Amino acid sequence: MAEAATPKKLPLDALWRARTSKFGDFAGYDMPLQFEGLIPEHNWTRQHAGLFDVSHMGPSFFALPKGHGLEGDAAHKQVASLIERLVPADVQGLKPGQVRYTMITNSDGGVLDDLMIARPVEPGAAGDLYIVVNAGCKHQDWALIEEATKGEANLVRADDRCLLALQGPSAHKVAAEIIDPALADMSFMTVKRYDAFGRITVTRSGYTGEDGYEILVRAENATELAEKLLAHPEVKPIGLGARDSLRLEAGLCLYGHDLDPTTSPIEADLAWTIQKRRREAKDFPGAKRILREYELGADRKRVGIRPNDRAPAREGVEIYKDGKQIGIVTSGGFSPVLNGPISMGYVQSAHAEPGHVVDLMIRGTPRSATIVPLPFVPHQYVRKGK
Amino acid sequence: MTTRYTKDHEWVRMEGDIAVIGISKYAAEQLGDVVYAELPAAGASFAQGADMAVVESAKTASDVYAPISGEIVEANAAITGENWEIINAEPEAGGWFVKLKPSNKGELDGLMDEAAYADYVKGL
Repeated sequence: MAEAATPKKLPLDALWRARTSKFGDFAGYDMPLQFEGLIPEHNWTRQHAGLFDVSHMGPSFFALPKGHGLEGDAAHKQVASLIERLVPADVQGLKPGQVRYTMITNSDGGVLDDLMIARPVEPGAAGDLYIVVNAGCKHQDWALIEEATKGEANLVRADDRCLLALQGPSAHKVAAEIIDPALADMSFMTVKRYDAFGRITVTRSGYTGEDGYEILVRAENATELAEKLLAHPEVKPIGLGARDSLRLEAGLCLYGHDLDPTTSPIEADLAWTIQKRRREAKDFPGAKRILREYELGADRKRVGIRPNDRAPAREGVEIYKDGKQIGIVTSGGFSPVLNGPISMGYVQSAHAEPGHVVDLMIRGTPRSATIVPLPFVPHQYVRKGK
Repeated sequence: MTTRYTKDHEWVRMEGDIAVIGISKYAAEQLGDVVYAELPAAGASFAQGADMAVVESAKTASDVYAPISGEIVEANAAITGENWEIINAEPEAGGWFVKLKPSNKGELDGLMDEAAYADYVKGL
């Protein structure tokens, strides 16, 4: 899913270039990869707060046509039923302000992308959904959504705006001081709009395993917001390198690596994303395979892997048991928190139980490793009781 | 004795009849903190340009190539002892990788000297 040959510049390109020269092409965007160093940036995010520019991703608003005449829950049910043609999540069941993680699946039950869908809390936005898809898949996803819902709803792309992620244990304190005190009261996986820095859409969410926020802000207001956040002593800029090691420690899938069109949500251990109403309705793409695997189990399963020595096992390393290949590593690297190598991959289900010892074939040499539960580092999400 | 460099950022310095080999300061900086390295054992032989060692940072794994042909006579015990910090701290001194007995010293003439390497790096 490669984009244009010349990578696009982020709206905040100049702000990042004043702080690092280490940039690289990711999904068609020229992205800051590293500031003071991958490991210090990673640890800073786990201990304080990191600011990530994820404007390469695909935020969008999906809305019933003007004059739809529906209100509240009725409007939501209508727009949700349209997007449910593409995803197995119970979108209709979202409460006002709730965010859900889901996937676009194909008719074979494979995953075309993973994404977030949010139901706005504001009554005036009834009949809207806020949807954020992956950078490398956004053009495909938007085309699929438009094709499946033509004439029934409108998709408005918002990827000309900036999407900033503020992540870490200090994120709530920083956000309350700089944006709005009410941000500290949001629960994880909720969305709300604020009249600050123009009009921003904030989700309490992220992809690092930490508490934090993802903030959609217009490009003309983004510099001021980013500079104010970065001026806070608890905040440092974080590159794409640490974003990857943080999400790996958190056991989260990276599309195109840990998920692809051949992988089912069940194999990926994401059965929890398919709520009961949809399992009973059996009305989403690939339902046949996905529900069969849900009932009977899949042949292979995504697992955590701890090498038993110091050698990292990266994507593509083959996994063996008794001389036979039983799986493959899909993401791997170094965990700063555990101070050792960690990997995720797929193995035959018979070998997927934590504690199983397997061999990783690294540069032609088998090396012992143990299957472990995910995440490698506990999530720190903040759930507020109502 | 002058230090010579390859385009792949290895350095080699003759100490008597033995070549000391490592990765350049530039390479170490680009790589970031080393989290793993694998060196060949004494007795192993390599042709110029062959995969000789592996060095990994949190970011990536990099192959280290033999800058000249020869036989390994010693691997740096600090590195085989997993004290990888020394590669970042002193890449062109205490962080050397291996000592090698060259089989063709003439290969050294094809490598860059310090000034040529500095120019090369500036152009990257």
